[in-house]
Amino acid sequence: MRILTAVLIVFATMNFTASAADSPITTLRDAPLDQTSTPPRMTPQSNTDLRKARNYPEQPPIIPHKTEDYQVDIRANQCLNCHSRRAVEDSQAPMVSITHFMDRDGQFLATISPRRYFCNQCHVSQHDIKLQVENTFVDSHDLIEFLQQKK
Amino acid sequence: MLARITHLWKVIRRPSTYFSLGFLTIGGFVAGIIFWGGFNTAMELTNTEAFCTGCHEMRDNVLPELKTTIHYTNRSGVRAKCSDCHVPHAWTSKIARKMQASKEVWGKIFGTISTREKFQEKRLELAEHEWARFKANDSLECRNCHSEKSMDFTRQSPRAAEAHQRFLVTKEKTCIDCHKGIAHQLPSGYISAHRSDIDPGVLAQSKETLQGYLVSKTSSDQVKAAE
Repeated sequence: MRILTAVLIVFATMNFTASAADSPITTLRDAPLDQTSTPPRMTPQSNTDLRKARNYPEQPPIIPHKTEDYQVDIRANQCLNCHSRRAVEDSQAPMVSITHFMDRDGQFLATISPRRYFCNQCHVSQHDIKLQVENTFVDSHDLIEFLQQKK
Repeated sequence: MLARITHLWKVIRRPSTYFSLGFLTIGGFVAGIIFWGGFNTAMELTNTEAFCTGCHEMRDNVLPELKTTIHYTNRSGVRAKCSDCHVPHAWTSKIARKMQASKEVWGKIFGTISTREKFQEKRLELAEHEWARFKANDSLECRNCHSEKSMDFTRQSPRAAEAHQRFLVTKEKTCIDCHKGIAHQLPSGYISAHRSDIDPGVLAQSKETLQGYLVSKTSSDQVKAAE
């Protein structure tokens, strides 16, 4: 029994080292860890203004336009210059969700809640680039369709 | 010595008795070119980036912010330097602005914004002056380079094209109305002065004042309804 365990452990370790060699941790780097790698080319932010579907219902909507150099700090919030309740009439931008007016006690405030003030903590602009790593995410709707086909 | 000064005075008082008309005409013309050219050259020197950022107030506060924006570096290598936006290009307006700028010399001598903290404190007021100036001259310094007639809306993002056609072409708004903070950071106090609709938690801070307002508004509404 003990020998079997030992063999198994050795086998597992070998297996691990083998797989580690197959996919080195420098996957996203083009240079060894102790050297500076060439940074990838910078790509422009997508600026189509066409809304993308959310991948799951709770997903914070991604931003379909450029947000480079937007000032979001204690002095200004350039996202809200268009997306605030009063601004949408002029900008025709979607208003920030009413959930963002709610403080942590569930109380709705007159303006945006301080805890939801920093838009880019959840909402981000996109870059039209090749995926760096494979994404195995499955949309729940794909599961529903899969079930329907099974029937 | 006194005799020489008296003589010089006589020459200056009635130069035509000592010099020919031709000399005086040509000499005056040449001197005019030199003095006028010199004056304008000196004034142009005060329009350079090196002059503006010669003082730490500009070099350490506003210049680093400009450096991150498209007006400083961009793909085509065109730069809007300080004076392109902050000094009118037409000569008379430029002289008027330069005279106003003597206040800035005063500020430099007395250290009005000599520290980062003093600058932050004063910044909203300074920005308001510029915004008021742009609003009053219909964003002239923007339009020195950007003209709506040269704007190809089909090459703008749908969002920008829409906004420009709705507000710029119809003259409902001017550039600075929407593009505040395009080349510098917005100052503290900006939100409460201009964007109170996004001020987080602003109402919670002044409950009693608000109650008074609501009571007076309700009663005045009732009076109006009764009339």
